[in-house]
Amino acid sequence: MTIKQISVFVENKEGRLAEITNVLAENQIDIRALSIADTTDYGILRLIVNDPEKAVKVLKEAKLTVSPTDVLAVGVDDTPGGFAKAIGVLSEAKIGVEYAYAFVTPTVGKAYVILRVNDNDLAAKALEAAGFEPLNQSELFS
Amino acid sequence: MKYFQPEIETASREYLHALQSARLIKMVYNCYNNVPFYKKKFDEMGLLPQDIKSIDDITKLPFTVKQDLRDNYPYGLFAVGRDKLKRIHASSGTTGKQTVVGYTEGDIDRWSQGAARALVAAGGKKDDYVHISYGYGLFTGGLGLHYGTEKLGATAIPVSSGNTKRQVQILQDFQSDIICCTPSYAMFIGETLKEMNIDPKTLPLRAGIFGAEAWSENMRKEIEKVLDIKAYDIYGLSEIAGPGVAYECEEQTGMHICEDYFYPEIVDPDTLEPVPDGTYGELVFTCIGKEALPLIRYRTRDITALTREKCSCGRTLVKMLKPRGRSDDMLIIRGVNVFPAQVEHVILSLGMEPNYQIIVDRVNNLDIMKVCIEMSDELFSDSVRHIEETEAKIKGAMQTTLGVSAVVKLVEPHSLPRSEGKAVRVIDNRKI
Repeated sequence: MTIKQISVFVENKEGRLAEITNVLAENQIDIRALSIADTTDYGILRLIVNDPEKAVKVLKEAKLTVSPTDVLAVGVDDTPGGFAKAIGVLSEAKIGVEYAYAFVTPTVGKAYVILRVNDNDLAAKALEAAGFEPLNQSELFS
Repeated sequence: MKYFQPEIETASREYLHALQSARLIKMVYNCYNNVPFYKKKFDEMGLLPQDIKSIDDITKLPFTVKQDLRDNYPYGLFAVGRDKLKRIHASSGTTGKQTVVGYTEGDIDRWSQGAARALVAAGGKKDDYVHISYGYGLFTGGLGLHYGTEKLGATAIPVSSGNTKRQVQILQDFQSDIICCTPSYAMFIGETLKEMNIDPKTLPLRAGIFGAEAWSENMRKEIEKVLDIKAYDIYGLSEIAGPGVAYECEEQTGMHICEDYFYPEIVDPDTLEPVPDGTYGELVFTCIGKEALPLIRYRTRDITALTREKCSCGRTLVKMLKPRGRSDDMLIIRGVNVFPAQVEHVILSLGMEPNYQIIVDRVNNLDIMKVCIEMSDELFSDSVRHIEETEAKIKGAMQTTLGVSAVVKLVEPHSLPRSEGKAVRVIDNRKI
């Protein structure tokens, strides 16, 4: 039960991010969540979009370096301690988290966390056992 | 002491001509009889050793290039067996293989004479302390000046390169009179003095001998100011000997070549025809005083000119002007020879696409080489950690192969400039 995240290599140059996101806009691709990992010389733009296959295709056509990765999307309660509970489950199962980012949806009371872990299957099982439900691609955009 | 060997350094042109002729004839027989590579070349040209009757016949002889050393790696061009060899040095080659050179006891002695002449021309005396900050090892810099110092009868302080604060302490405590290193390192030591609030006038240091990389007159003035010394240029390359092939005198208008051992010519790099004195062209050396590796008409790729105008120092040895550039794509980074092909070799050996560009800058008088490599799907990852590991791996491989560190920068695909389909591989921003 994973979803596709798209990562794009972005050199630290003025206007670069605008150019990349414009490519997605022109192709009617809807961004649900994003995060940017930045270093001195470059950044990694990570995206959750409605049509990852099309996004990869158009970004590659724009001569960008793109890499799809399977990540987990988990709904948590939008209350204090909601995220801590989910992370606690992974910590107990000794699953390493490389990075995570969150977003909220119009549904009141729910927040969503994108998790990049070292073992998706193990993490999904541990979360399910604790009552969390990892989402699939279509659920994310319904 | 004004000259180390006045009988040679101020000899008449006639005497030098006779000496060079006798040595060339001896050398040609040595090459023909002991180096199969040269015998084959002579045979192909229908040339016999007896056809060479004086130094004026040198233009009849074939050229030797760096590729010949590579093709005969490591010892194929040596004219003596290992019983006669005394030392090996090496410099970086273009594709990972080094250029290997050998010396007999006599070769080391003659090279040391050249370095001793350079020290004396820079005001060196027998009771001087000579601080040597060139690297010791396969590179000829350290041991070349070290043996020259001992030849002169002065005292060598073999500090080698690196650990600048310790260099400064030795300059202070050991009372060094002359320092030998690359010009960029001299500048760096000067800046370190400033940082440590040490007035260079309080140091006994009075002269410096700097070589192994190109430097400008402006840099000379800077070094002379920050170290409060007189700065002298020295020239050498391992294929011929090492530092001391040519050296500057107090007039500082060119370097006197030890032409009794290393016979120079300037040729047009395209036609390979000799050009008159004063005209710039490629410097070519014939090692008329070498036994182990007697290279004939070796193309140095350095672009310079010769002058036989009378020098106010009294030396009659021909002078070469400061090299103006190269007739190949070799870069000199902090004294280390780097060929773009070596960088490409490293990139290919890591299984990466050879889409790269080398950018060289001089920051605070130190050469910085940056290698930009285009990001590819294979290298890319969603994790910063993985990309940093890739960068570190490339950096490590560069250091191992090139012998000098490089800054590695991953850039977006297709972002490096290409002109007429051919990539612009090197941007050298140094103003020398």
